[in-house]
Amino acid sequence: MKFAVIRFPGSNCDQDCQRSIDALPGASAEYVWHKETSLAGYDAMVLPGGFSYGDYLRCGAIARFSPIMPAVRAAAAEGKLVIGICNGFQILCEAGLLPGALVRNEKLHFVCRDTWLRVETAETPFTNRCAAGDILKIPVAHGEGRYTADTETLAELNANGQVVLRYTEANGQVSPAANPNGSMENIAGVCNAARNVFGLMPHPDRATEQRLGSEDGRVIFESMLNLSYVA
Amino acid sequence: MKATVVVMPKASVLDPQGVAVKNAVHSLGLAAVESIRVGKVMEIELSGPLDAAGEKQLHTICHELLSNPVIEDYRLEISAS
Repeated sequence: MKFAVIRFPGSNCDQDCQRSIDALPGASAEYVWHKETSLAGYDAMVLPGGFSYGDYLRCGAIARFSPIMPAVRAAAAEGKLVIGICNGFQILCEAGLLPGALVRNEKLHFVCRDTWLRVETAETPFTNRCAAGDILKIPVAHGEGRYTADTETLAELNANGQVVLRYTEANGQVSPAANPNGSMENIAGVCNAARNVFGLMPHPDRATEQRLGSEDGRVIFESMLNLSYVA
Repeated sequence: MKATVVVMPKASVLDPQGVAVKNAVHSLGLAAVESIRVGKVMEIELSGPLDAAGEKQLHTICHELLSNPVIEDYRLEISAS
């Protein structure tokens, strides 16, 4: 399976993503510069973390208009897998490929720490190798990660099982203390209605080897490789 | 010609920056300040007057780039000076 890791000016987790993917049997990742306009030949797209365009205006607001984005949009419409991690999640929300928005953390601090995430649904191409209720230890590192959406959107996300990950305590309990940024309903990751576009603030790419402190992030990439999974 | 775009967080969106600034104002002793919301102002120089199509395009730009309608409202003012 061929992954495209899209590099924007200011992306800084592109190498983490490539390394995470290349370590998996049957997967390879190549960098695609944001000025490119084609994603032909790639099965899955990764929008990595970082600070595209210096987070000017709003995080992801300018990257959303990069020349590669029409190809990302087309790939998503074709049903190919698109994952946005951290800044990549912000870009996908700004582009309207995912519902909601990521705004300034409630406590205004940049938060860089491990979080525990409860898998809310295994019925996605990104979590099909998990079981609902599994707890993953994956770090966050962001200043603008507070997931926000209007009441109707939230109700829709919950009703359709589009909330994929929530911040919890290590025991899976949802609590304000477990919420690193004030996200509504402790939401850490959501998918689109078609379930082939997924965004999350935590970094699975920083949790793929035990020596990094956790290898729980690997299951996200492994799930994407599971071609037998049909959404 | 000049266009001014004011972008403010929607009333329904928590603005922690505004709360922090309000708390700082209170610490300066002005208790009468009840709330502060922090937004952005963008000043745009135009080479000349905009026709209806140009103005419509500017609104589209406000909607798609200068503000995020999920979390913000914008106000566009076009003036001669």
